[in-house]
Amino acid sequence: MFENLQDKLQGVFDQLNRRGRLSEADVDKALREVRLALLEADVNFKVVKSLVGRVRERAVGVEVSKTITPGQQVIKIVHEELLATLGDAAPLNMGGGSPRVVMLVGLQGSGKTTTAAKLALHLRKSKHTPLLVAADTRRPAAIEQLKVLGRQLDIPVYTEDASVPPPKICANAVKAAKSGANSVVILDTAGRLQIDEELMDELSQIKANTHPQEILLVADAMTGQEAVRVAQGFHDRVDLTGLILTKIDGDARGGAAISIREVTGVPIKFLGTGEKVSELEVFHPDRLASRILGMGDVLTLIERAEEMLDEEVAERGAKKLLEGNFNLEDFLEQLHQVKRMGPLGKVMDMIPGMGEITKSISQEDMENSLKRTQAIISSMTTYERRNPKVLNGSRRRRIAKGSGTTVQDVNQLIAQFRQMQKMMKRLKNPRFQKNLMSMFGGGGFKGF
Amino acid sequence: MFNFGFGSKKIKESLTRTRNSVFGQITTLFGGNEITEELWDDLEALLIQADVGVETTLELLETVRGRVSSEGITKPLDAQRVLKEEMLKLLEGYAPSVIDKQRILTVVLVVGVNGSGKTTTIAKLSKFYRQQGKSVVLAAADTFRAAAIDQLKIWGERAGASVIAHQPNADPGAVVFDAIKSGLARKADIVIIDTAGRLHTKFNLMRELEKLRGIARKQVHAAPHETLLVLDATTGQNAVSQAKHFKDTVEITGVVLTKLDGTAKGGVVFAIGKTLGVPVRFVGVGEGIDDLMPFDAQAFVDGLFDE
Ligand SMILES: Nc1nc2c(ncn2[C@@H]2O[C@H](COP(=O)(O)OP(=O)(O)OP(=O)(O)O)[C@@H](O)[C@H]2O)c(=O)[nH]1
Ligand SMILES: [Mg+2]
Repeated sequence: MFENLQDKLQGVFDQLNRRGRLSEADVDKALREVRLALLEADVNFKVVKSLVGRVRERAVGVEVSKTITPGQQVIKIVHEELLATLGDAAPLNMGGGSPRVVMLVGLQGSGKTTTAAKLALHLRKSKHTPLLVAADTRRPAAIEQLKVLGRQLDIPVYTEDASVPPPKICANAVKAAKSGANSVVILDTAGRLQIDEELMDELSQIKANTHPQEILLVADAMTGQEAVRVAQGFHDRVDLTGLILTKIDGDARGGAAISIREVTGVPIKFLGTGEKVSELEVFHPDRLASRILGMGDVLTLIERAEEMLDEEVAERGAKKLLEGNFNLEDFLEQLHQVKRMGPLGKVMDMIPGMGEITKSISQEDMENSLKRTQAIISSMTTYERRNPKVLNGSRRRRIAKGSGTTVQDVNQLIAQFRQMQKMMKRLKNPRFQKNLMSMFGGGGFKGF
Repeated sequence: MFNFGFGSKKIKESLTRTRNSVFGQITTLFGGNEITEELWDDLEALLIQADVGVETTLELLETVRGRVSSEGITKPLDAQRVLKEEMLKLLEGYAPSVIDKQRILTVVLVVGVNGSGKTTTIAKLSKFYRQQGKSVVLAAADTFRAAAIDQLKIWGERAGASVIAHQPNADPGAVVFDAIKSGLARKADIVIIDTAGRLHTKFNLMRELEKLRGIARKQVHAAPHETLLVLDATTGQNAVSQAKHFKDTVEITGVVLTKLDGTAKGGVVFAIGKTLGVPVRFVGVGEGIDDLMPFDAQAFVDGLFDE
């Protein structure tokens, strides 16, 4: 499919001149791939159309510099447009007097109740005293669900009998918050379809009764083309102030975020990254943009690495890398680390350029190749590991024998190691660090 | 057209809405005298906006174009017929659901991502089978999500099904075991297992489902007889990945497409049919216990084109 836009565009541009200006024909060819990638990522059809139009305008006639390929040039523009559409992360608006009101709205099953609890926890961390309000009187046990979450977090939950109309419950809750000295009230409303007039009226009433500072649309990251209509529907009725995208911990590309942003213009405030109440994250436009383009999620990978890896070992490796004396011994040590990060396939998926590889290689093959790599390095002497340069033909033959592999395997590993060293040198380049886009070039991440 | 006995007015309304929004336009498109390039473009736009997906859309259109030219078709309406036939092919040709087969005890496992509508669907299914005079036992194997057990208990009561539940955070395997045991003991007809929502990419959670399957299989021959993936019609192309992962782990035998009462088209089921060969068994058209109907591919595709 469209796992790796970079490779696709490379393919398109390989047949073209690598220098000069991007012609209309070049750009159109490339934009066809971009369009497909965006559609495959569930960005709304019409939104894709206008986005691609904007990119086209900017890309035609652009001078292709020597340092980056035409494919990278186009991706860069696409990426920039996506960033512009996604906008910056915005914090919760907690201005004004107590109690502030945060109202959560959205379709059924989008994750409002869990998100309410997450927000409460988040706000308590910044010294707020939240009150959760169970305003979903429709879904069986929805009130109980919020109560349980509140109990777990030791955060108060305001409830009334399910027969009381939600606008009244919410108004009463705000009153209770005033006298109870809660600084912020979080309204968990029932899920509803944006075309359900009666229930949309109810939302308007809740809004009128409570004057929320924030009205946040909670939307599932897996939403398809409908995202536009849903967002428009809610926005028209209650004037959204922000968006929270949930279930982003799956493998959805999250194109709905672009669609919703484009039609509402409201900022994305948070991402829901798991079922646990602590799993609420600040939104990073660049990560989401890369993800939507199917170019891996390097930053998430790095973050995961930070969580899972032995810091000392990682730091030692990084330091050596920067000093330029990273050797095979360090490589082996880092490999052990990678293995701790979980199923290799998942890790690989996050690396740009790896999508295709993970498709063609089974999980088992990958684990095997990792094992093979380990075996090869283990068969080297310490001296060889520290000075890979000395690995001549006879040494390689010995290592192959010792590790039960072939000389080709050993050669391949050494070649990969060299490539990695080369890439690491580029990593040191400040320009590289500034420009995330370069990370997608060169295929430096392929293999180990 | 739909005479499934209950909720039919609502079902009709919801499908009409679907028709009029996107697919309704297809008929208008086919209303002209000639098959033009523009017609194909518009068609592509419409299918993609119905979440059919780029790949499936392009393939469908290519096939239809091929047939249009090889069969010498010149009228848009005939092209429409061909498109319908091709779309139908992706949804049809499956043996009927095995839930209705006579056996000692039928076990149905219900799986899906968080919030897709599993528990509600189980309530609807319970009512559906209760109305056929069958006795239904529900296994509250979502012991993870807050108040999931209470939710199922409430629905069980409304549907007239008994619910076997343990404490929150108990082992879901033990719940499944007890529910099937109880089903066998009281000679129930069907046991339906409600599982916790999980993203298909979570390795350990998927392994847990595999275990539940194993437990069911040990107790009743060939159980679970039907494993239903509950899919939210609002979902985009990720649904294909969901179906693939759930199929790989628990061999889903069917899909329930929920929330079709909204404006979402659920077009992704074509891709699922095409790539995985998994049939849609039911559709959910509301939050009420009667808002379920057996999926009828012909009616579904016809409904998409009807004015
Ligand atoms: N409009 C509409 N809403 C539905 C339909 N099916 C389920 N829902 C709603 O979707 C929400 C989630 O449904 P649940 O049955 O709790 O979903 P679930 O998959 O069991 O959720 P988890 O167990 O939390 O993963 C509820 O508000 C349901 O009322 C449907 O066909 N149409
Ligand atoms: Mg449930």
